[in-house]
Amino acid sequence: MIWNLIYRSLRQHALSTLVTAGSIALAAGLLLTVWVVKTQSQAVFASTNSGFDAVLGARGSKLQLVLNAIFHLEASPGNIEAKDFEMIRRHPAVRAAIPIALGDNYYGWRIVGTVEQLFTDIEYVPGRHYATAPGGRWFRLGAREAVVGSYAAKQLGWTVGSTFKPYHGLAFDPKAQHEELYTVVGVLEPTNTPVDRVIWIPLEGVQTMSGHNPLAATELSAVLVQLRAPSAGLMLDLMINKQGDRLTFAYPIGTIVAELFNRIGWVDRVLTLVAWLVALVAAGSVLVSIYNSMSARQRDIAILRALGARRRLVFGAVLGEAAAIGALGSAAGLAVFMVLAATVTSIIRAQTGVVLEPLKWNPVFWWGPAAFVGLCLLGGVVPAVKAYRVSVAETIAPVS
Amino acid sequence: MPAMLEIADLRKSYRQPDGGWHPVVDVPAFSLAAGRQLALRGESGSGKTTFLNLIAGILTPEAGSISLDGRNLAGLGEAARDRLRAEKIGYIFQTFNLLQGHTVLENVELGMAFGRGVDRARAESLLERVGLADRRRHHPRQLSTGQQQRVAVARALASRPQLVLADEPTGNLDRRNAREALALIREVCRENGAALLLVSHDEDALGQFEDVQDFAALNQVMAK
Repeated sequence: MIWNLIYRSLRQHALSTLVTAGSIALAAGLLLTVWVVKTQSQAVFASTNSGFDAVLGARGSKLQLVLNAIFHLEASPGNIEAKDFEMIRRHPAVRAAIPIALGDNYYGWRIVGTVEQLFTDIEYVPGRHYATAPGGRWFRLGAREAVVGSYAAKQLGWTVGSTFKPYHGLAFDPKAQHEELYTVVGVLEPTNTPVDRVIWIPLEGVQTMSGHNPLAATELSAVLVQLRAPSAGLMLDLMINKQGDRLTFAYPIGTIVAELFNRIGWVDRVLTLVAWLVALVAAGSVLVSIYNSMSARQRDIAILRALGARRRLVFGAVLGEAAAIGALGSAAGLAVFMVLAATVTSIIRAQTGVVLEPLKWNPVFWWGPAAFVGLCLLGGVVPAVKAYRVSVAETIAPVS
Repeated sequence: MPAMLEIADLRKSYRQPDGGWHPVVDVPAFSLAAGRQLALRGESGSGKTTFLNLIAGILTPEAGSISLDGRNLAGLGEAARDRLRAEKIGYIFQTFNLLQGHTVLENVELGMAFGRGVDRARAESLLERVGLADRRRHHPRQLSTGQQQRVAVARALASRPQLVLADEPTGNLDRRNAREALALIREVCRENGAALLLVSHDEDALGQFEDVQDFAALNQVMAK
């Protein structure tokens, strides 16, 4: 019976039900999006290392070095010399050392010089090597050839055989085009990592590009390092960071990325706070919406009571109505979440190459809606108490 | 015939704005046999509605006993009185008191929802009995006042009550509709074996009853 009463009341007050549920849907969608993007991006970014344990670069910020060399964001803190690369490459604790050099772009898409071993020797996640899409191959040393990340190729509309002339600098400047013409010889299969956003060319291509400083032709932006054992990282950290003063050894990458989230943690705390405030306002709107209609409903409640409905039934029916509005809003909030999360995910992918999976199970998918239903239940308590206290005799008919 | 309703020393007062108490009902004794149809004549403000609300368990008396089918309402808690009302009493109001958000059929079903449970077949047969079978999907506002009163009659009888209380049931109807409604209430109560206690000040309505009592003679407050 109580479900029938709840359904009838929701139907009778359809407009206010929809408006209130709509405000809850926006709040729920916002909260779910903030929470899912926050937790998943922290996890995904912290585990994104493109198969490397550390980065060697010029003296400066470890975070800047990692963002530059692994995530292909930010500017390089400076160049290192070829002898530094040789030092790390020959170190017995190092399994692989891949040099990278950058300084050019194509319409803002970053061009990075490297060696073929990045694609052939490195597993970007355990058990997975880079691969080119059918018809492609790796670039040849000394040739003006490029291998393009899948996302960049898709956005630029490039396939094998496409040609381009790089632009100088990390930011696009139409007046700074180089003379060299490069040909795309391979498009990488998607890796869902920042590598997908990069145009890869042979290392010496960046180093000797027309207009670049010929004195820096052997310099590198960074070296991506794979260690033989984790303990070697601590040893190299001591040797390079604490005892040396020219270089930075960024290790371990996951911890350094986590530091980034600590620094920007206030952003998601503010967003989460905003989402909860919106939720509180939505719960308040449930209270106001039901409470305002109580005057009109008092007569209906008195009639139900006169027909034998118990006080606790009408109390429960009003609470149930509030909970139902919360449940409706939360369900619609999932749809809002899908739209918001898809938008945010595509922005993150476009900016970083990192792919989030917003629909992957997250505990917020149960506790978020439950919290909203709970808040709405709280909002329903005051009108429910009012319903509970309705005086049948005084409401239903004048005393005669 | 055994008494289905027995009242003894029933008293009820209302608190006045000045803090004093205003006696409204003082009925030393009253009884109604099962199946009996009785009309009580009383002017407005004579305490008729309060009397019916006390019998229905909607109000609690200050003193006295109300025994309905052998159970004393005074000894019951509110929830038990609600249950007893849902199962044994049908109430017809002057203003019909139909729920506007519910259809005609749903209104009738509400009459049994809080007692023995909804029996759709019975609700439909009652609507057929009062001539509204084709209006069961309508809402009350789509009906005439006479039709609304017939829905109220069907709802009052829905739970197979042993007692039907009717408070000025024809007060909002024109004379022709009032006569039809009263005839219908009496017929349906008779068919269902329910006792009928009607209060009214309308002489035309009272004239249709063989058994009429003055509420003023019953209620000692009026005598004083």
